[in-house]
Amino acid sequence: MAKPSSWIPHVEAFVDSSRPPNQHAASLDAIAALMKGGVLTIEESVREMELYLVTTDNIVRSRGILLLAELLLRFMLKPLDVSTIHSLIEFFTSRMADWQALRGALIGCLALLRRKDSVGMVSINDARALARSYLKNLQVQSLALQDRKLCFELLECLLDKFPDAVVPLGEELVTGVCEAIDEEKDPRCLILTFRIAEILLRLFPDPLGPVANLAEDIFDILGRYFPIYFTHPKTDDLDIKRDDLSRSLMHVFSSTPFFEPYAIPLLLEKLSSAFPIAKVDSLKYLSNCTLHYGVQRMEKHAKALWSSLRDTICACSPQEYLFSLDSQDTVSQGNEVAKEALLCLHTILLHFDGLQCDLMFNLIIEDDELETIFNSVSGERHYKDFPIESWRKLNALASILSVSAKISSSCCSRVFEKFFSRLMIIMGISSGASSLHCYRNGNPAVSNELSFGALCLCVELLAACRELAVNAQLKPVPEHDKWCCMLQNVSSSLAYAFGSGIVEAEFCAGMNQLTGRADNFTTARGLEMLGTFPGCNFPITEAVFENILMTFMSIMTSRCEDTFIWNLALKSLVHIGAFIGKFHDSEKELCYMRIVVEKIVSLLPVDDSALPLSMKLKAAADIGTTGLSFMMKINVKLEDAINTEFLKAFGGVTHPKAAENLIHLLNCYSKRVIPWCHENGKFEELASSFAINIWNLMEANTDFNIGIQEQGLLDALAVVMSLVVAGCRDEYQNLIVQKAHAILSSRPFFELMDSEPSIQLEGLLPSHYSVKFCCKDEWIIALFASVVTALRPQTILPNVKAILNVFTVFLLLRGHVSAAQALGSMMNKWPTKISSGELSDTCNLEEASNIVFKISSVLSSGFERKSDDLDDNHMLCHPIDGHNLVQIHAVVGLAWIGKGLLMRGHEKVKDIIMVLLKCLLSLDSPYNLPLSVDSMHDGDGKDMQFLLAKSAADAFHVFLSESDICLNKKLHARTRPLYKQHFFSTMMPILVSSIKECVSSNTRSVLYRAFGHIISDTPLAALLVEAKKLIPSLLDGLSVLSVDVQNKDLIYSLLLVLSGIIVDDNGKEAITENAHTIINLLVQLVMYPHMMLVRETAIQCLIAMSALPHALIYPMRLQVLQAVSKALNDRKRPVRQEAVRCRQAWASMASRSLHF
Amino acid sequence: MVSGLINENPVVYERKERRARSAPVETDEYAEDLIDQLEIFDILIQYNIKDPEHPYSLEELKVITEDAIEVDDKQSYVRVTFTPTVEHCSMATVIGLCLRVKLIRSLPSRFKVDIRVAPGTHATETAVNKQLNDKERVAAALENPNLVEMVDECLAPSFA
Repeated sequence: MAKPSSWIPHVEAFVDSSRPPNQHAASLDAIAALMKGGVLTIEESVREMELYLVTTDNIVRSRGILLLAELLLRFMLKPLDVSTIHSLIEFFTSRMADWQALRGALIGCLALLRRKDSVGMVSINDARALARSYLKNLQVQSLALQDRKLCFELLECLLDKFPDAVVPLGEELVTGVCEAIDEEKDPRCLILTFRIAEILLRLFPDPLGPVANLAEDIFDILGRYFPIYFTHPKTDDLDIKRDDLSRSLMHVFSSTPFFEPYAIPLLLEKLSSAFPIAKVDSLKYLSNCTLHYGVQRMEKHAKALWSSLRDTICACSPQEYLFSLDSQDTVSQGNEVAKEALLCLHTILLHFDGLQCDLMFNLIIEDDELETIFNSVSGERHYKDFPIESWRKLNALASILSVSAKISSSCCSRVFEKFFSRLMIIMGISSGASSLHCYRNGNPAVSNELSFGALCLCVELLAACRELAVNAQLKPVPEHDKWCCMLQNVSSSLAYAFGSGIVEAEFCAGMNQLTGRADNFTTARGLEMLGTFPGCNFPITEAVFENILMTFMSIMTSRCEDTFIWNLALKSLVHIGAFIGKFHDSEKELCYMRIVVEKIVSLLPVDDSALPLSMKLKAAADIGTTGLSFMMKINVKLEDAINTEFLKAFGGVTHPKAAENLIHLLNCYSKRVIPWCHENGKFEELASSFAINIWNLMEANTDFNIGIQEQGLLDALAVVMSLVVAGCRDEYQNLIVQKAHAILSSRPFFELMDSEPSIQLEGLLPSHYSVKFCCKDEWIIALFASVVTALRPQTILPNVKAILNVFTVFLLLRGHVSAAQALGSMMNKWPTKISSGELSDTCNLEEASNIVFKISSVLSSGFERKSDDLDDNHMLCHPIDGHNLVQIHAVVGLAWIGKGLLMRGHEKVKDIIMVLLKCLLSLDSPYNLPLSVDSMHDGDGKDMQFLLAKSAADAFHVFLSESDICLNKKLHARTRPLYKQHFFSTMMPILVSSIKECVSSNTRSVLYRAFGHIISDTPLAALLVEAKKLIPSLLDGLSVLSVDVQNKDLIYSLLLVLSGIIVDDNGKEAITENAHTIINLLVQLVMYPHMMLVRETAIQCLIAMSALPHALIYPMRLQVLQAVSKALNDRKRPVRQEAVRCRQAWASMASRSLHF
Repeated sequence: MVSGLINENPVVYERKERRARSAPVETDEYAEDLIDQLEIFDILIQYNIKDPEHPYSLEELKVITEDAIEVDDKQSYVRVTFTPTVEHCSMATVIGLCLRVKLIRSLPSRFKVDIRVAPGTHATETAVNKQLNDKERVAAALENPNLVEMVDECLAPSFA
């Protein structure tokens, strides 16, 4: 045991109210630490602290009790024996009467009551005594907020955890609680009081009990809060929202059926109030109360409920045509009320349905007002001259009927009997098979023009009964209900009427909005509803189903000029297809396949049909996504089409549009078909066969009558190829690679590459310059590169050395980035260990990375070339390329190889960085004009040198940026975690010191370009750590780079970095230190002429800077205001708007002396 | 000075749905966006200039509307016509002053700003117009610390 002297001073410190709160906390911590270590027990501390707990000094006593309570709160999980708990709770209970020490007593009781059974709980008797003392001594509403909150927490805990202890208190408890919660206004307490009321009311379900007796009074206290009117500012940290309060109160309302006589009239009254929020709340409460009060109690309110709901729905329904009532359109406030009202109606109907003899339902069916609305609306012919009120009525009626029909099959039948048959008459649709006969003869027996009002109601009813049927599918088979029979009788003529309505829809250009074509939309929807009925032959027969599909298909093939109708038809077909897939309806599937899919597919290859290719592809892809079998079918035909177009594009005869068509087809394949297959299976078979097919085509094609200038086509092909390959597992990848390699190695140039074991260190051999790549070679290499970039690391690449050579030569001579990317990807995925059984032509990564030397030797030969080297005759072999272009290509190659190595964390990347740095600094070297006396002019040589240095700087961008065509997660790149951060921290010192040493302005500018790329691509968190060192260089860089227009994108990204540092808390210090320089720079950038985003961001930074300490920035104020005034006259609006804000921010620092 | 509020119970209108500016399609870096009605209106309601008497913004009280703004960027000319809530509103000059100050602070200095009371909406229309467009008198008003404070309060950002 600890000596009292060791911890009593802490107690002294705690009870001394003159000390600051942090000392109180520290002493509490100290005592708690002793207890935690087991040196001190609670019992001992109580014994030693006796004096503090019972002294007559109010302050000391209250602090002492508080200390004990806080300690108990901290050790709620520490086991205590029963007698200790008993004496402690007895002590705290007695303290309830001691108002000076109340806080401690409340916390102490709370800590004891919340203990779990396993560590010693308060006994029932003690809890009851506590409750008695609470009710007797506490005047909750006279206490301060914090104490009130504690009181409520205590009460909630008592009611919640010790119901057996408090229930015997009966009426005393109920009145006591009511007294405590009456008139509470603080939201934090209110949420507790609602909870208390809810628990309390549930504790006394007895109809003769205290709650039943006092229900009116209790409701009087609680009902006042409804509807919750809560206008707390949003920025408050209370973390209580109106919705929380409202929900809690709703639970209180529904917690006891004794509230029914008082609550329902109140809710109905508030439902008719003008505030939308009160309406929504009332509706929610009504639904909830109906659920809890039971039908018997609600029965007498049925009439009032129905008429209020009807009026609300009629008054708040939207005033324009809706997609459908459950559409995901944005809801305005009125709509929200209507929606909630419908939901409430649904709940009530559902609840009344099973139990009572259709009381509520009869009200609806026999309602006179609905009847009037029906009569007025169903006769409306043209929606275009509908008054707003008619829309409202139509929507209200449609939604009420729809909700009622969805309740149950018998309800649906009654709605059908009452309304559906009349609608059929209005629409002029006769039942029976005769109309089907008419349809087959193409002889319209029904009037073409359907009454729009009736049409809407009819479609809404169809949708409702369809939903009912779909839900019934999950249950046992429904008996053939009356509504089914009615529908079956008219289904064929209905389908015909809808079909002719949409097929004969007039097309007017510029009428593509829904508002102008509501009738077309509705008929299409009706047809879709009929087409998506579950069950194979009932109520919709197969013949009708076929007719529906044929109607849509005729629109698809012949109405492409009317995009609205065409899209409607396509959407409906997609819905029907998806529905078939969902319900595994094999008969309908066959039907769909025969009528829809085969027709669509047959359209694909024919390029002279009336339908544009892009529409055909969209239709095919959309329909394909509805089912695997459909997609397979479409895929086959799509590949055929690709084959045909491929042959045309590369064939001897020129087809002007073939290449363009092929690009369309390939895009569709890569954007729609492949991603879908990837998610839904069968991907690899498809993908690998597709890839091999393409390679076969490449091989077989001898004409190759196409130039490399068809870059768009090559790109599309490469994208598809890498997507296809990347998705396959390695065995399929191996297959594809072998195929591709076989074709590559059969080309004549390949032998040359293969025979040379490696390219000589001095650079390219003369023989390499003489390699002639024909057009086909270029395509094959580029395509092979796209395969290589997508391989998985474990896929084996045959004959790697030759492939390395091919790519290197191709890159250096032709400057193809794809070759560089392939090299980078190879380096990145190169296996770390090679098993002994491998083929002899493999080599390890070290050897392979010697390619870096080979490539960089091209560069170094450039640096060190003296004038006597000029007789290099291989230069003259390719005068068009010139040596410097080769050098630039080499830099690009190094960039991608470096990226590959950097991402896997290989140290060889250092060599590349050194070469690149040398390139950057070469502008300063004495031999910086290696080509000046060559065939080029002086100025050109200098420009070329600058270009070379610039591309070296851009290599750093390649290193760190995310590329979507190479070396990313999807293409299986190996990525070392935090490689960017690592690169940043190694490169920064080197670059910064070279910038310091450098004297020439050109070199400075390229060095800063490299620096800028690194900074803008490194994650901000890493930069913030170094912010202090970084900021001066960043600022200097910005001002150096802003001279050249070509750097504008870089400037923008650097400015974003700067703004990131300004707004981050960790960057504050660095910003404050350099505030003046930063502001000077920003003021210049406000006028940056070449890019709006730069100006806008600069002004935003200035706004952020205005939050710095006043004394620091005040001297800059005039300068900033002058600059911003100029920006008010900027030619771009966003800049002006920011300038207004900025001016306000800076001018308001001293509002009296605004400078106009 | 009259005690009590001049218009005790003004009609408050719901804020009109903002006419959305169509997203710029061209990305010509050097093309010029002219200052137009909507931009001026945005400036005027940007911080919800408040009524001097009520916590409502001028937009909510329909004191200023988008249609009541005339602007010609080429001629550097703006004319704002505002409608006081009641005919005898003595706050009209203060509101007008606020509008003027706001525009001076937010527009390039080349603009000539003309602030007017809508014809027939105020008892002393001509006097108010004269006062609001007299450079000397505006300058003098802004020398008056009480007035400047009042104007600043109207223009202070609020986040209603």
